[in-house]
Amino acid sequence: MKFDFKTLDYTAIAAPFISVVLALLVGSLFILLAGSNPWEAYRVLFTESFGSMDAFALTLQRATPLVFTGLAVAFAFRCGLFNIGAEGQLYMGGLAAVWVGLTFTTLPSYIHIPFAILAAAVLGGLWAAIPGILKAKLGVHEVINTIMLNFIAFYLTDFFVIGPLHGGRAGPETARIVESARLTRLMPPSRVTTALYIALIAAVVVYIILFRTKLGYEIRAVGLNAAAAQYGGINVAKNIVLAMMISGGLAGLAGAEQILGLHTRFIQRFSPDLGFMGIAVALLGRSHPFGVILAAILFGALNAGGAAMDRLTDVPRELIVIIQALIIFFVAADQLVRRFLKRRRAA
Amino acid sequence: MMDVFAFLFSTTVLAAAVRMATPLIFASLGGLFSERAGIINIALEGIMLTGAFSAMLVTSFVGNPWVGLVGAVITGAMMALIHAVVCIRYHANHVVSGTAINIFAGGLTVFLLRLVFNVAGTSPAVARIPAVRLPLVADIPWIGPVLGQQNIMVYVAVALVFVSWFVLFKTVWGLRLRSVGEHPKAADTVGVNVFVMRYTALALSGALAGLGGAYLSIAHLSRFGDQMTAGRGFIALAAMIFGKWNPIGAMGAALFFGYADALQMRLQEVGIPSQFVSMLPYVLTMVALAGFIGRATPPKALGKPYTKE
Repeated sequence: MKFDFKTLDYTAIAAPFISVVLALLVGSLFILLAGSNPWEAYRVLFTESFGSMDAFALTLQRATPLVFTGLAVAFAFRCGLFNIGAEGQLYMGGLAAVWVGLTFTTLPSYIHIPFAILAAAVLGGLWAAIPGILKAKLGVHEVINTIMLNFIAFYLTDFFVIGPLHGGRAGPETARIVESARLTRLMPPSRVTTALYIALIAAVVVYIILFRTKLGYEIRAVGLNAAAAQYGGINVAKNIVLAMMISGGLAGLAGAEQILGLHTRFIQRFSPDLGFMGIAVALLGRSHPFGVILAAILFGALNAGGAAMDRLTDVPRELIVIIQALIIFFVAADQLVRRFLKRRRAA
Repeated sequence: MMDVFAFLFSTTVLAAAVRMATPLIFASLGGLFSERAGIINIALEGIMLTGAFSAMLVTSFVGNPWVGLVGAVITGAMMALIHAVVCIRYHANHVVSGTAINIFAGGLTVFLLRLVFNVAGTSPAVARIPAVRLPLVADIPWIGPVLGQQNIMVYVAVALVFVSWFVLFKTVWGLRLRSVGEHPKAADTVGVNVFVMRYTALALSGALAGLGGAYLSIAHLSRFGDQMTAGRGFIALAAMIFGKWNPIGAMGAALFFGYADALQMRLQEVGIPSQFVSMLPYVLTMVALAGFIGRATPPKALGKPYTKE
């Protein structure tokens, strides 16, 4: 359960790229299975994600929540923690955001929006603090607890969306949040909102925390070797809880983006596995904030182009899910990729 | 008050509890073999899903659900072996690999569903594994309707619990398997092949989780649906933990979680918010892990890669 970030040699930089290429290659076998031409399918995938301004806007919109969840998972990784609970923290963040967006109807936008965003980050952070505290105080591994808390968050938000916060219409969703809580659209008609800026700012802030502050130094020290950090006078328990809270807060921001920007209401189980995809984004981005941005754009593009590929070719959109899973495999088994690179260099 | 009591212990709810517990029993046994050998298996969810899909696919082509079961066992084992190779040979993080398997399974099953049947949500109906009527048990009042006329797979699951318990705790092979999960180096020193043990355990784990999935698609129901496992792989994992990595304990937990599931469905029918009942298995598992009801301690070498020196 330990990640090695010290050895930043050139294979470390090249490995993610090779993982993506390998995933696309294996993915082409599935395209052939669907009776289509891989070149043609990938061409559609590319044009429909980067080929025009509209397409690129969709890519950016899809990438935005993944920046948040990717940062969330990456931040925990840096402390040696595996937060598979980003999905649940996202839902709790969304719940807080929609509550603020529905309840405070008289606030001006410049107060309402920051308030809703802050509420999302706080509730997401508190949700993640639970496994953090259980790990720090009782030594319970965070993986199982974050999985369990995902399901608890699903059912809890189900309860609110069907019950107290139900919007009165037939579907399991809340009413729409008031105008003053909605994020401004940057590139209409696309749904790219100011959340994109917030995502980029979050990445910079995470970078600064991790690499330019004492807190970040301590968190990384705990991640590299908790026993040594403890011996060196670092309070491991405190850093574990803080890292989980910041991680959960970032995931909560993804929920805020989905509610305040994309859906303007809470729809039951709205997230297309954004929290789990955050794991892929963090791994591919090597748990570096700027790597996370690049990885999120790639995954955003795959999602944006996938829908069009489904429409325009015979390849089902689930190909995208398969490719994303393959990317995780190849990144996870990076010894395979590195071995391949070393062999090439030796030859 | 009597009404509530009669409702909670009605044969309809209890029989449904047994039905809902069955896939959890299969998958938690799967989790057990894997984790006892030191490999974290959060891939149970994905393995179950592919098991459910392949059981339906094979049954729809062959027409015989028993052959469908074989299909699920083979596919389940294959998925678990991918997890095994990535974790054992390439030292990948077990949780990462498991997550990848789960995402992969979700995509692959719908991808193939659309290619083969040209539908996105649910497959066409296929033949089912039948239910049986146990000659004497079925006639006992109250117990009969609950335990006496269930699907054959239900009885298979219970039998496998006791077989697994025997194999794990009463055979040399079981001792070796457990030693590989607790202290692989020591096991290696006395001549146990850690890698062979781990690969075998994973294949078994996948086969069992595959059966759990098959139960859903060709025994409980007679079709496959997108994401039909709906988190049961994770509940099975919770049952395994709650049962302290012991087959009989896991079955007890699975029955209890199955009961929560059955109760939740009945409450929904009468319009009572059932979400808090649905949460129960997850909350209890956290409580168990925290040590409030007898500490649940995982195998010592769980999640750690092993390199032969």
